Amino acid sequence: MGEKIATRAAYGKAIVDLAEKYPELVVLDADLASATKTDGFAKAYPDRFFDMGIAECDMVGVAAGLATCGKKPFANTFAMFAAGRAFEQVRNSVAYPHLNVKVVGSHGGLSVGEDGATHQCCEDFATMRSIPGMVVCCPCDGNEMTQAVQALIDYDGPAYLRLGRLAVETVTDAIPGYKFELGKGVTLRPGKDVTIIAVGLMVQKALAAAELLAQEGVDARVIDMHTIKPLDEKLVLRAARETGCIVTTEEHNIIGGLGEAVCACVSAKCPVPVLRHGVEDVFGRSGKAEQVLEHYGLTAEGIADKVRRAMELKF
Amino acid sequence: MEARKLHTLELAAAKIRSLAMDQVYTAASGHIGGSLSVADILTVLYFDVMKVDPENPQAPDRDRLVLSKGHTTPALYAALALRGYFPKEELKLFRSIRGHMSGHPDMVHVPGVDMSTGSLGQGISAAVGMALAGKIDRKDYRVYAVLGDGEIEEGQVWEAAMAAAKYRLDNLTAVVDVNGLQIDGSTADVMPSEPLDKKFEAFNWNVIHVDGHDLAALEDAFAQAAACTGKPTVLLAGTVKGKGVSFMENDAGWHGKAPNEEQYAVAREELRNRVRICTDVAAVDSMDDAVEVLEELGLMDEEGEN
Repeated sequence: MGEKIATRAAYGKAIVDLAEKYPELVVLDADLASATKTDGFAKAYPDRFFDMGIAECDMVGVAAGLATCGKKPFANTFAMFAAGRAFEQVRNSVAYPHLNVKVVGSHGGLSVGEDGATHQCCEDFATMRSIPGMVVCCPCDGNEMTQAVQALIDYDGPAYLRLGRLAVETVTDAIPGYKFELGKGVTLRPGKDVTIIAVGLMVQKALAAAELLAQEGVDARVIDMHTIKPLDEKLVLRAARETGCIVTTEEHNIIGGLGEAVCACVSAKCPVPVLRHGVEDVFGRSGKAEQVLEHYGLTAEGIADKVRRAMELKF
Repeated sequence: MEARKLHTLELAAAKIRSLAMDQVYTAASGHIGGSLSVADILTVLYFDVMKVDPENPQAPDRDRLVLSKGHTTPALYAALALRGYFPKEELKLFRSIRGHMSGHPDMVHVPGVDMSTGSLGQGISAAVGMALAGKIDRKDYRVYAVLGDGEIEEGQVWEAAMAAAKYRLDNLTAVVDVNGLQIDGSTADVMPSEPLDKKFEAFNWNVIHVDGHDLAALEDAFAQAAACTGKPTVLLAGTVKGKGVSFMENDAGWHGKAPNEEQYAVAREELRNRVRICTDVAAVDSMDDAVEVLEELGLMDEEGEN
């Protein structure tokens, strides 16, 4: 386990580091540069940074226009406003013409903490993955985020990238030969009894859950599914076949996110029990990030509970 | 504007209206009222003002047009076909499952369409992005955004208006097709938006009033817009919804309705008659360069046929 860093911080550094190599990279923000961590880019490349004010819908449309002229725009705001307020601009101005815009939603999920429900977006995976042709990505740690930004800048098409506010432990740097590839999940821990498929900061909690379960003699595989769309079906189906049951976990409503993507895949191609762990179709609330996560059961113990129930359902 | 040039542009406008009507009738759906009101604006842009090359529709230095009021795409598709971007026969597949001439502009499938639009309020933002890219790259292309006066009820239009002023996008010209009507009735009743000039002025735009059916006045207005530095320009173009078809003029009922066979016969006769007159007038002045351009494009070949 490595250092603790928020994925938003790793993102902010990555776009600065890539700016020289990619002169077409331009960054837009909607008056949240210090929170979304685009402020470093703004300072280093003021001619390629555009603060569009508190006007997310216009920001996304402007990004679309820039993309038609060959720019590689990254449009930043909170997940709530990127994937919520500007949903229709993302759908109609970006995705429908398949323009090369990266929509970046920071402060995804409950771990926004104190700001409370209005800013805790647990619906962004659902809205973004429902749009044809969108790539939906949420790296779990700083190392993965750095590589994801590189992959997304090389990918020519519309994509949604979720960033987290909370500093999280780096786990992917311990994987020998780890290399981020869009649409390819990563097996972080082998296991034969059950597979936990996780995204974002639930990856770290899934690894902790696997430790808890090991003490009970349960051998849990852990997959880091950083790309929710396109889903790495091959990896999911192998997990279904080899471990016979799956638990998904995400800092997102259990409706519409990773869990349902996995369910759709498994039910059609290799039916085994899948239990979804996440936010149980409720709004969040204010509190310290870890307290809020705990309040809603987004903990290692919460995952382990789901795993125990999934094991009972195994054929 | 020189008389001979004016006559050829009048002919182009007449053909655009006639082709727009044919598309909507053939598709048995579509937005004819606003297509007829915007036809002269698109004529002046595509046949006079804009630097474009239909042989190279993606040329990086071309002028760009975003039809933010995307529902009036019958007029846009007609203008593009007449300008030579694609064969006129394609227009017969407007809104058809058999083709790609979708009900709102589609930049992926229709050559010459610079931005996919249709959801009102969004096109102007894309136009701001295009103009911003021009500033970043220090290119001298111009960007045109054509909006409806109903459309400007969308808040995003004013977000975009602020952004265009902030970045001093003097390479951007917006045109509001002020026909005074929207689906549910008059704009004054549905959602009063006047005074538009004072609103845009307050948003730090250069504002020009123009008769949206006066081709020469439009040309002048676009030239004034191009000459204005440091801020974007909006043309508030006064128009008549349904212009050119007697029973459609100034009637909100013709916003998104196709004519029946009887109505089409009348409309077609009125529009084609206008084409015939314009052809005759323009032909008299056939020495004109603009006429030659239109001749090369095949506009003068067909004696009023489309």
